[in-house]
Amino acid sequence: MSGPTTHWQPSERELARRRTRSRQRRHRVVVASIATVIALVVLGAALVLSPGWPRVRATFLDLHHAKESLPSIVDGFWLNVRMFLIAEPIILVAGLALALARQATSAWLVPVRGLAVLYTDVVRGIPTLLLVFLFVFGMPALGLAGIPNSIFFWATVALVVSYSAYVAEVLRSGIESVHPSQLASAEALALSRAQTMRHVVVPQAVRRVVPPLLNDFVSLQKDTALVASVGLFDALFAAADYGNFNFNFTPYVVAALFFIAMTVPLARLCDVLARRLARRERAGAL
Amino acid sequence: MTSLLEVRNVRKTYPRHGEPGRRVVLDDLSLSVAPGDVVCLIGSSGSGKSTLLRCLDLLEPIDDGVIELRGREISDPLVDPRVVRREIGMVFQAYNLFPHLSVLDNCTLAPRRVHGMPAAAAKDKARELLDRFGLGEHVDKHPDRLSGGQQQRVALVRALCTDPALLLLDEITAALDPELVGEVLDIVRSLADAGTTMVLATHEMGFAREVASHVCFLDGGRIVEEGPPAQVLGAPEQARTREFLRRVLPQG
Ligand SMILES: Nc1ncnc2c1ncn2[C@@H]1O[C@H](COP(=O)(O)OP(=O)(O)OP(=O)(O)O)[C@@H](O)[C@H]1O
Ligand SMILES: [Mg+2]
Repeated sequence: MSGPTTHWQPSERELARRRTRSRQRRHRVVVASIATVIALVVLGAALVLSPGWPRVRATFLDLHHAKESLPSIVDGFWLNVRMFLIAEPIILVAGLALALARQATSAWLVPVRGLAVLYTDVVRGIPTLLLVFLFVFGMPALGLAGIPNSIFFWATVALVVSYSAYVAEVLRSGIESVHPSQLASAEALALSRAQTMRHVVVPQAVRRVVPPLLNDFVSLQKDTALVASVGLFDALFAAADYGNFNFNFTPYVVAALFFIAMTVPLARLCDVLARRLARRERAGAL
Repeated sequence: MTSLLEVRNVRKTYPRHGEPGRRVVLDDLSLSVAPGDVVCLIGSSGSGKSTLLRCLDLLEPIDDGVIELRGREISDPLVDPRVVRREIGMVFQAYNLFPHLSVLDNCTLAPRRVHGMPAAAAKDKARELLDRFGLGEHVDKHPDRLSGGQQQRVALVRALCTDPALLLLDEITAALDPELVGEVLDIVRSLADAGTTMVLATHEMGFAREVASHVCFLDGGRIVEEGPPAQVLGAPEQARTREFLRRVLPQG
């Protein structure tokens, strides 16, 4: 890693190359801008010129109704956000526990491993909406003492149960993708099985599965709206409530915008984190 | 005779076409390593050198025979392999560093987690070793930022950080450019001079001749010929050894 050579001047050829490169770059920007504008104009025209457009605009894109419905949608959306924020960490922990249970080699843990397999198989087979119904209406009926009976609680539990099975499978595929030579060198250093998982395998696995994991997070954010079907006053329920009363669907669009506003930043944040890790750890190899 | 490592009549097989025991990789192999010995395993590709080293580190179960470390049988299934591996350091042909940990963390993982060394002491020790082997400026980098030779030196330091009584090195220069081979072999040479007990598989005949106290020529899972380097490499008695040396040594 020596310093720059003294008195280096770019050659004529290099200067010409740089000029060509910047000309190519400008050209690309112009073409991309023109193509984007054309695409937007065509889409917009197709929408506005279609015969039903005035009616669509009146029923879906009415500014007055958007303003009127906003406060109750914001209130409802806060419930979605809370449910997501509570459920997500629990899902990560439960998913990791399930994934690790499936990797366990100890003889004592064989029944645990079997249960983990059964759990993921069964839970993934049941539609999430059905799980929500089962938990919200079924659990309180059991009359268990000392456990809250609120719909919010059981709906959250249903989401945790459903998504931990998906997250477990994602993490498991990450764990299994770590090369056996990594296990061999951890073993050669006399690390125990648990230490190998904790310090060598899981950190590498998690880094690899960030994109599919994010996919499940986004999906979960949206599925918090399933609780509208059991009468919880979330963003979707608020929108439907207003829409049915005023014969206008604009609130649905407003609610959709809220969900988008929540998922997009999360996606970008994960991109940034993944890129930073890659820069630090994979300098040569990518 | 107080040997550190004693290998007697070891047999190791792998399955072939799904049938267990059909491919014999180590066949009735015996070997004795005294403290301070540097044993070089030579032999053509597929002769079983890596397999032997993996068996010695208990990374593979053996099919027959006995492996003893300090007079205690370690091939006994009741022996906890982790207890044995605390005393043995192993370096692989492909480095196998942990990509998500920095060089320093790679080197302190086992001392801290397995040997219970306090973090500060483990770091000091690793830093000192890394410095000694010319890696001082790379301490905080991640392995993928280093050249192959640097990575292999880190792998050596990682194995040395736990003060192993026995070091197993599996063709640690095979994946390196000829230029980088030298920097790694220098370390091994200095370890040999310091009296470290080592068993190493190598294709570097010149190096084996220089540092080995004992050379074993493996062929088809057996030690065909063994002895001091001058004898095995200079005046081999077996026809197969001669043939092998003729192929690997660039001479007339
Ligand atoms: N996991 C395995 N399963 C089946 N066969 C194996 C396995 N590992 C090694 N072998 C076989 O065992 C034999 C010895 O392999 P080994 O890796 O010990 O050779 P080597 O002497 O180290 O060769 P090289 O110099 O190329 O590294 C080879 O025939 C190989 O195909
Ligand atoms: Mg080998």
